[in-house]
Amino acid sequence: MPNAKQIRSAPRALNRQSITGARASASTLMMAPATYAQAPLNYFLHAAGPAAYPTRTLDWIFTAICLAVCVIVTVLLIGALMRRRAPARPGEIGATGEGMRWIWIGVGVSVPLLAGMLVFALFTLQRVATPHESPALTVTVTAYDWWWKVSYPDARVPAQRFETANEIHIPVGEPVRIVLKSADVIHTFWVPRLAGKTQAIPGQANEQWIQADAPGVYRGQCSQFCGAQHAHMAFEVVAQSRADFANWSEQQARSTPVNVAPSVVAGQKIFLDRCAGCHAVRGTDATGALAPDLTHLNSRRLIAAGTLQNTAANQLDWVAHAQWIKPDARMPSIVLNREDAANLHAFLSTLN
Amino acid sequence: MTTDPPSPQSGASSMSHPEIPAFGRVPEWGRAPEGSATRKGLERLWETEPGWRGWLSTVDHKTIGLRYLITAFVFLLMGGVEALVMRLQLARPNATVLTPEQYNQLFTMHGVTMIFLYALPVLSGFSNYLWPLILGSRDMAFPRLNALSYWLFVFAGIFLYSSFPFGQSPNAGWFNYVPLSGLEYNTGPNVDVYALGMVLLGASTTVGSANFVVTLLRMRAPGMSLDRVPVLVWGTLTASGGNLLAVPVVSLAFFMLWLDRQFGTHFFDVLNGGRPLLWQHMFWMFAHPWVYAVVLPAMGIVSDALPVFCRRRLVGYTPVALATVATMIIGFIVWIHHMFATGIPALALAFFGSASMVISIPSAIATFAWLATIWTGRPVFKTPFFFFAGFVLLFVIGGVSGVMTAAVPLDWQLNDTYFVVAHLHYVLLGINVFPVIGGIYYWFPKFTGRMMSERLGKIGFWVMFVGFNLGFFPMHIAGLLGMPRRIYTYGADMGWNTVNMITSIGSFVFALGVLVFLLDLIYSYKRGPIAGDNPWDAPTLEWSVSSPPPPYNFATIPFIGSGHPLWESRLGHEMPSEARSELIEGYILDHGREALATTSLSAIPDAIIKMPSDAYSPFYLGLFSALLFAGLLLHVWWFAGACVIGIAASLIAWMWPERTLGQREPYPSVQEGGALG
Amino acid sequence: MWTLIATEAALFGYLIFSYLYLYAQYTGRWPPEGLPKLGTAGINTGVLLSSSVFVWLCEHFVKRRRSRLAAAAMSVGILLGGLFVGLQMKEYHDHHYGPSTHLYGSLYYTITGFHMLHVIVGLCVLIFLLICTGLNYFDDRRHSALTIGGMYWHFVDIVWLFIFSTLYLSPYVL
Ligand code: HEA
Ligand code: HEA
Ligand code: HEC
Ligand code: CUA
Ligand SMILES: [Cu+2]
Repeated sequence: MPNAKQIRSAPRALNRQSITGARASASTLMMAPATYAQAPLNYFLHAAGPAAYPTRTLDWIFTAICLAVCVIVTVLLIGALMRRRAPARPGEIGATGEGMRWIWIGVGVSVPLLAGMLVFALFTLQRVATPHESPALTVTVTAYDWWWKVSYPDARVPAQRFETANEIHIPVGEPVRIVLKSADVIHTFWVPRLAGKTQAIPGQANEQWIQADAPGVYRGQCSQFCGAQHAHMAFEVVAQSRADFANWSEQQARSTPVNVAPSVVAGQKIFLDRCAGCHAVRGTDATGALAPDLTHLNSRRLIAAGTLQNTAANQLDWVAHAQWIKPDARMPSIVLNREDAANLHAFLSTLN
Repeated sequence: MTTDPPSPQSGASSMSHPEIPAFGRVPEWGRAPEGSATRKGLERLWETEPGWRGWLSTVDHKTIGLRYLITAFVFLLMGGVEALVMRLQLARPNATVLTPEQYNQLFTMHGVTMIFLYALPVLSGFSNYLWPLILGSRDMAFPRLNALSYWLFVFAGIFLYSSFPFGQSPNAGWFNYVPLSGLEYNTGPNVDVYALGMVLLGASTTVGSANFVVTLLRMRAPGMSLDRVPVLVWGTLTASGGNLLAVPVVSLAFFMLWLDRQFGTHFFDVLNGGRPLLWQHMFWMFAHPWVYAVVLPAMGIVSDALPVFCRRRLVGYTPVALATVATMIIGFIVWIHHMFATGIPALALAFFGSASMVISIPSAIATFAWLATIWTGRPVFKTPFFFFAGFVLLFVIGGVSGVMTAAVPLDWQLNDTYFVVAHLHYVLLGINVFPVIGGIYYWFPKFTGRMMSERLGKIGFWVMFVGFNLGFFPMHIAGLLGMPRRIYTYGADMGWNTVNMITSIGSFVFALGVLVFLLDLIYSYKRGPIAGDNPWDAPTLEWSVSSPPPPYNFATIPFIGSGHPLWESRLGHEMPSEARSELIEGYILDHGREALATTSLSAIPDAIIKMPSDAYSPFYLGLFSALLFAGLLLHVWWFAGACVIGIAASLIAWMWPERTLGQREPYPSVQEGGALG
Repeated sequence: MWTLIATEAALFGYLIFSYLYLYAQYTGRWPPEGLPKLGTAGINTGVLLSSSVFVWLCEHFVKRRRSRLAAAAMSVGILLGGLFVGLQMKEYHDHHYGPSTHLYGSLYYTITGFHMLHVIVGLCVLIFLLICTGLNYFDDRRHSALTIGGMYWHFVDIVWLFIFSTLYLSPYVL
C-alpha cells in the first residue's frame, strides 16, 4: 500500500483537477443542470422526484421547527441569565418563584409539537416508502468493493439483458425499482436528489424505488463505510426520455463488433492477456466477472466509480496507476510499455 | 423513614433496641471532632500504605475515582489529537496528509477511544469519587471490585491501543459492521484486538456497574431515602442498570465475531446462513442504551451543580429523577433508529421512529427544569456555571438534530452523513464533555483542596464554546449538502470545501480551549488558592468534609433528614421543620474498617459491614485477565493457560481474607464476602 | 448477587435471541442434521433439576442444624451436576458435527458451551460450599453463602430449561 508521500509524488495525471467527482463539463450527455457543480449531493435544496420531494418538505419543516426550538431556548436561557433581580446575598438560599410551571408549560408545548412532527413524519414515510404506481422497470444494482454493477434483467430475450457499471439509466417520469445486492460487504445506495438511501447487504436483496421528473444526471454515492475506497464509490443516475432510454438500452445490449485494424487486434490481445481475468467485453473472449463490464466503456461519463472523467488519457492513466488514483482498489496498476499502451488504447477506443 | 424521620438521637436509641437484630453489636454513638483520638484511629485504619505498594493495592474509592478521571482524560487527549489529524486531512479537498488506511484507523480509534475509553470512564471517575461522599458512606459496597474495574479498564485501554503503533489498529469504524470486520475482508489482527478488547472492557463495566447498584442499595447514610439522593446518583444508577443489561449483548457479539474469525463458526458468515444484520441488531441493542449511559450521569452533574450557582434547589427534582429512569427504559426500545436504511419493513421503522421521538419528552422535562432553575434562581457567575448553562443550549441543539434523524424518511437522507456526525458531537461533547469540565471546575477544590482560576476558566470556556460551535455546527450543513461520513477525502467540486475548512479551524480553536483548561489544572494544582471545605456553599454531603476528604470520609456516619443537608437551616418554608440532618454526631464505627449498611428503600440502619483491606489481588486479577486476552489474541495457548492459573490464584487470594472476616462477624451475607456476588 | 444474575440472564437472553433470529432467517433445513434427539438431553434435564433439589435440601438441613445430612445432600447435588457434565460431554462426542460445520453447529456449541462453563463454575462453588458445610462452618444463623451459592446453581438450572426448550424442543413445534 502506498504511503502518503508516495501518493504525493504520484504521476502527472493526478493533478488535483482530474480527480473530479462530476464536473459539469460538456459531456456526451450534456444534461447536467447548472447547479450540479455546486453540491451534487445536496438534497436540502434540490429534489427531483416523488420519492424525494416529500422528504425535502419534511426536512424544511423539521429544520424550521428545530431552529425555532433552539432559538426559543436560547432566548429563554439568555433571559434567565440576564433577568434583573436582586443578587443573592452571601449565604442566602431561595427562589424567586416556584418554577414547576416551566416544566408543565414546556412539556405541554413540546408534546403536541412532537406528536405533530411524528404524524407528519409518518405520513411522509407512507408517501415515499412505495411508489404510487408499480414500477415498469427493474434495475439490479450489485455493490462491489468499490464500484457498482448495474444489470437490466427485464428484457424477455436474454440477448437484450445487459450489464454496465457505475451509470444507471432510467426513463424520466416513471418509477424504477432498484433491487440491491452486495457482492462483498455492506454498502449503501444513495441518490440524494431522487430518494433516500438503502443498504446493500450480502445475503439479502433490499429494494427501493427512484423516479426522476426531469432529464438530468443525478449523482449517487455509497454512504456506508465499506473499507479503503469508500470515499470513491460514487455513481450516476442518468434520466432521459423514454425514446432516448430505449436507444441507450438497445445500444448497450449490443456486443462489440469485430474490428480488424492491426493495432486494435494487438490491443485486444493485450486485453485478453492482462485484463480479461476480471473484465468482460461482450463479443470477445473476455468474460471476467469481477470488475466492471467494459463493453460500452466509452458511453460512460466517468470511470472508476465517479473518480475520473472518462477521457482516453484518463483511461490509460487509470490502467497504469489505478493504485495511485484509488489506493487499495481491487484493480492493480498495470505496467505497459509505450507500444502496448498505444495498442490497448486503440482497443479501448473501440468500446463505444 | 419516608413518613416520619426520627431524630438521630431517637434513631440511636432505637438501634440499641434488641429488636433490631442485624447488628452484631451496638455501635458507639458520639462526636469525633477534628484532631480527636477517634479520627487518628480511623486515619490509621483507612490510610493507604505509602509508596508503590499502596499505589498498587489501594482500594480507596477517592484514589480510584481520580485515577479514572485522569486516565479518561489522557484518552480524551489521545482521541482528540487523532481527531485533529483527521481534521487536517479533511480541511481541504483531495488532501494527502493521510492514506485511506491511516484515516480509517484514525477515525475508528477516535470513536472507540472517545466512546469507550473516555465518555463512560470519566463519569465512572466522578461517580466513584463522589458516591460514597454524597451518600454519606465510608466507601463503595465492594471496594476491591472497584479497584478491579479500574485495572481492567486501564488494561483494556492499553490492549486496544497495543496494535496502534504497528499500524494495525481497528479500522472498521466503531460499530464495526460485519462482513467488513470479518476475516475475509479484514485479515490483520486489527479487528481481533477490538473484539477481545471490548470483551475485556465489558468485564470492567459490568463489575463497576454492579458495584454502583449495590452501593446505592446498601450504602446510603441512614435517613437518605431514595427521594433524597442527588440526581447524579439517579443518573449513575440508571446508567449502571442499563449497562448490566446492555453490555452482555455487545460482549457476546464481539465474542461471536472473534469465534467467527478464529474458529470458523458461522454466525455472521453469509455463505452459511449467517446474517450481517444480526450484528447490527446486537451492536445497537447495546449501543443505543449505552449512549444514554454516557450522558445520564453527566446530566445528573448538571442537575446537582447548576442549582448551587442559582442559589436555589433544582426545580422539579422528582420529575427530573423520573425522567432519568424513563430515558433509560425507552432507550432500550429505540435501537433500530440506527438501522432505518437496512431494508426493515416500514411498519417496524415507524414504531422505532416513534419511540425515538417519545424519548425526547423526558429530555424536555430536564431542559425546562434547568431553565426554570436559572430563571427563578439568583445566578452567581462562576466558571462551572458557564459550563452548565452552555451545556443546556448544546443539549438542545444536539437533541433536536436527534429528533430530525428519528423521522424515518428524513433519516433515509441524513443517515451516514455529517449531519449524524454533528448530532453525535453535539450530544457527546455538549452533554458529556462540557458538564465534565464544568464538574471538574466544581469539584476540583474537593479533589485537591485548591481553587481553579476563575479568569483562565472563563477564557477557557469561551474559547471552547466558540470553537465547538464553529467547528461542529457547520457539520450539519455539510450533512445537508450530502457529505457522507467516514470518507478520507472528497473532490473539490462537491461543494464542501468551505464548511470543512471552517470545521477544521473550529476544531483547533476548541482544542486550544482544552489546552487552556489543562494549563489551569496544572497551575491550580500547584498554586491555586486554598479552598476550604465548602467554597461554593453547596448543599450536599461531600461538602461537609474537609477538602480533600480524609481517607475514612466521615468520622461519624451522618444522619440525613433531607436532600440538602447543608442548606436545611436556610431553606425556610421550603423545608419541613422536622427535616434536620445530623452531621456532627453519629455512629463511630472504628473497630477495623467498618461501614454502615442500610435498607434499600428507606435507608434504615441494618448492619455493620467489615470493609476489606487494601489488596493486590484486584491488580493481579486485572493484569492476568489482560494477559490472558493477549494470549488469546496471539494464539499462545500455553501462555493463556498460565494466565488462567494466575487468575484463579488471584481469585483465591481475593477471597481468602473474607473467610476470616466472615468468622469474626455474624452476618457474612452483607460482607465483602458477598464476593460471590 | 442479583446484579450478577441479572446480567448473566441478559447474556443468555441474547444468546437465545441470536439463535431465534438466525433460525428465523435461515432458508434451508433446520436443524440441518434433522430433529435433535431428546433422549440424553431429556435425562440430563432431569439430572440437573434434581441436583437443584439436593442443593436446596442442603440449605434446608443446615437451617435445621443437621450438618451431616446437609453435607450428604450437597454431595449428591454435586454428583448429579458432575453427571450432567458427563452426559453433555457424551452428547458432544456423539454429534458428528462441530462448531464450524454449519451455522446450527456454531449456535449449538456456543450456547451449550456457555452454559457448560456456568455449570462448571457452579460446581466449583458447590464444592467450596461442601467443604465449608463439612467443616461445620454454617449453622442456622450463618448460611447466606449457601443461599447465594444455591441461588446461583438454581439460576444455572433455570437457564438450562430455557436452553433445552430452545435448542431441543422448539424445532419440534416451530
Ligand atoms: C451521547 C448521547 C446521545 C444522546 C443523548 C442522543 C440523543 C438522541 N438521539 Fe442520538 N446518537 C448518538 C448519541 C446520542 N444521541 C450517537 C453517538 C449517534 C451516532 C452513532 C453512530 O452512527 O456513530 C446517534 C445517532 C442517532 C440516530 C441515528 C442516525 C443515523 O445514523 O442515521 C438517531 C435516529 O433516530 C438518533 C436519535 C436521537 C434522539 C431522538 C435523541 C433524543 O434523546 C434527544 C432528546 C432531546 C431533545 C429533543 C432536546 C430537548 C427537548 C426539548 C427542548 C423539547 C422541545 C423539542 C422539540 C419539540 C423537538 N441518534
Ligand atoms: C466523546 C466523544 C467524542 C469527542 C469528544 C470527539 C471530539 C472530536 N471529534 Fe469525534 N467522533 C466521535 C466521538 C467524539 N469525538 C465518534 C463516536 C465518532 C464516530 C466514529 C466512527 O465513525 O466510527 C466521531 C467521528 C468524528 C469525525 C468523523 C470522521 C468520519 O466520519 O470520517 C470527525 C471529523 O471531523 C470528528 C472530529 C472530532 C473533533 C475535531 C473533536 C474535537 O472535539 C477534539 C478536540 C481536541 C482535543 C480534546 C484534544 C486537545 C489537544 C490538545 C489541547 C493538545 C495537547 C496535547 C497533548 C497534551 C498530548 N469526530
Ligand atoms: C485483478 C482484477 C483486474 C484486472 C486484471 C484489471 N482490472 Fe480494470 N478494474 C478492476 C476493478 C475491480 C475495477 C473497478 C475499480 C474501482 O472503481 O474501484 C476496474 C476498473 C477498470 C476501469 C474503469 C471502469 C469503469 O467504468 O469505471 C477500466 C477502464 C479498467 N478497469 C480497465 C482495465 C484494463 C484495460 C485492464 C488491463 C490492462 C484491467 N482493467 C485489468 C479490476 C481489474
Ligand atoms: Cu461502498 Cu461505502
Ligand atoms: Cu441511538
